[in-house]
Amino acid sequence: MKKTYKIDVDCANCANLMEGAAQKVPGILAATVNYMTQKMTVELEEGRDVKAVMEAVRKACKKVEPDCEIFL
Amino acid sequence: MNKKQQKMLARILITAVMLVGLNVIPMPELLRIPLFLGAYLLIGYDILKKALRGILNRQVFDENFLMAIATVGAIVLAVYQRSGDYNEAIAVMLFYQVGELFESYAVGKSRRNISQLMDIRPDYANVERDGRLCQVDPDEVAVGSVILVQPGEKVPIDGVILEGSSSLNTAALTGESMPRDAAPGDDIVSGCINMTGLLKIRTTREFGESTVSKILDLVENASSRKSRSEDFISRFARVYTPAVCYAALALALVPPLVQLAMPGVSAQWGVWLYRALTFLVTSCPCALVISVPLSFFAGIGGASREGVLVKGSNYLETLSQTRTVVFDKTGTLTRGVFEVEGVHHNTLPADTLLEYAALAESASSHPISKSLQRAYGRELDRSRVSDIHEESGHGVTALVDGISVAAGNRKLMEQLGVAWVPCDSVGTVIHMAVDGRYAGHILISDQPKATAAQAIAALKKAGVTKTVMLTGDIPTVAQQVAQNLGLDEFYAGLLPGDKVEKVESLLAAGTGKLAFVGDGINDAPVLARADIGIAMGAMGSDAAIEAADVVLMDDDPLKIAKAVKISRKTLGIVYQNIAFAIGIKVLCLILAALGLANMWLAIFADVGVMVLAVLNAIRALSVKNL
Repeated sequence: MKKTYKIDVDCANCANLMEGAAQKVPGILAATVNYMTQKMTVELEEGRDVKAVMEAVRKACKKVEPDCEIFL
Repeated sequence: MNKKQQKMLARILITAVMLVGLNVIPMPELLRIPLFLGAYLLIGYDILKKALRGILNRQVFDENFLMAIATVGAIVLAVYQRSGDYNEAIAVMLFYQVGELFESYAVGKSRRNISQLMDIRPDYANVERDGRLCQVDPDEVAVGSVILVQPGEKVPIDGVILEGSSSLNTAALTGESMPRDAAPGDDIVSGCINMTGLLKIRTTREFGESTVSKILDLVENASSRKSRSEDFISRFARVYTPAVCYAALALALVPPLVQLAMPGVSAQWGVWLYRALTFLVTSCPCALVISVPLSFFAGIGGASREGVLVKGSNYLETLSQTRTVVFDKTGTLTRGVFEVEGVHHNTLPADTLLEYAALAESASSHPISKSLQRAYGRELDRSRVSDIHEESGHGVTALVDGISVAAGNRKLMEQLGVAWVPCDSVGTVIHMAVDGRYAGHILISDQPKATAAQAIAALKKAGVTKTVMLTGDIPTVAQQVAQNLGLDEFYAGLLPGDKVEKVESLLAAGTGKLAFVGDGINDAPVLARADIGIAMGAMGSDAAIEAADVVLMDDDPLKIAKAVKISRKTLGIVYQNIAFAIGIKVLCLILAALGLANMWLAIFADVGVMVLAVLNAIRALSVKNL
């Protein structure tokens, strides 16, 4: 299941870090952060609770870059 | 500038003023130190906060943490050495913040600019309700509704024109500034701008399925398909920061310990610590990480403005490495429309012969008849024609102005017992007999597009080494087209399946990447098999947009060369930025290790490289004159 979320992140390297953090969240198969269009595209494992996984992604991203935001 | 950026700018300005004031205005030490500290905290408090949080989260190699260590270290060193020089810590923080502000501002701005260029999204659709015109969200318009488009407005949804005629500006879609004419019955594509007359359109699609939505979707998602260069940068960034940190640690510890071990030499802890801190200042890979995706984004944005849609950064990268370009003939290099090339061996004036032919064929809808009618150019007076007999596979006989006219191939001539003259040229030949006597023949062929030869030459100039044409047409025609256009190789008489095989063997034989150019309608398998598939004339054709990696909105072959040039320019900028940014960083690190660069130079280099790399990246946007 592929989903795209709008994000807010200020620096390119932070976007990079967010991408790395999101990829490590359980339930996420692949994550791409597009700094240019301020979007995050994630591929979730089938059958996962999207909301819970995305909350975890957000938490993981906040950990590496407190200034970022994912609009769920 | 948004609020966050304005606040940062204010902090930067106040700190800068304080810094100058503290150095110029004489004051007692007791007042100076708290003021220095105040300035430092003003400019760096958020960095310190983030650094603290980084430690709590065990994110040690984060640039905030490193900036904090470097500047706090500089202050401690200043206190320890009693130099009283606190300027450095504040200046490093100041420039670092200037860099961050620039990054966020410049990138935000160029991001918006590029998005704006690509913004062909219509805001509303005009619908007539109860005799009044209302503006509604294009998303709410159902298929089959009637919408009105006034002069100056964008066509919001694909449809068919019911009433009105106008000129359409398709520049936003194709990059072509020549307006197109539109009349009732014509299909109309969303994203065009209606220039002159009021148009009444019946929609044939939902907004989400319309051309404009598809294009926007495609371009917006393009930069999410990352190129190999971008992956390289991401990976590099992940190891670069930790590597610099360990190097800094080593620099702080190893040389003094070595000095300690040597008899008669005292360990210069302060000197090496300072050099190590300078290392930390250059630990952020910002310039690299920002400039590479920005270059791709700008390149894709610039290309889309020229009517070249690239579906991903990775495709732009592959396109730039293209050495072989394989073309489909009909519809790609040639117009796919038959045209009269000449009238030979004629006993009557050429115009008269064409007139007879056009009249005799006036009842037929065959492409060849159409081409005769077009070549004749004037209105056909059908009342002059009678007794039309069409014989399939042979031709037509008719009475024109009471004179018997026969137009067809040699079989027809033989059937009528007329001696015919063979044609020396390549193409389809229509023999004519007027009043029972041979009157000459008309040569018809599929014409190469006006810019095809120019396009091949331009591709060669852009670095493509081999151009190949594939066609299902007969070898003589293929050979002539290939020769006229200056193609290196051609393969004729191919069935659609053969084209895939041919591309496969070319892939195996060639060096560099292979691009296939087709119309995207019946060559989807070939488009998919090539390293990069280019579909042209895609305006209004979903199949082409789906099948290809690069989509040319109009059918001008010159755009192929343009696409290659855009990709080369973009990748050139990417490589420049990578080399430049890494080069300067490494140079700084070496100079710092040798003690030739201080923290001032390091931060200047860091911010300067980023500014230059970003400005260089934005160059990728200007592709108009390539």
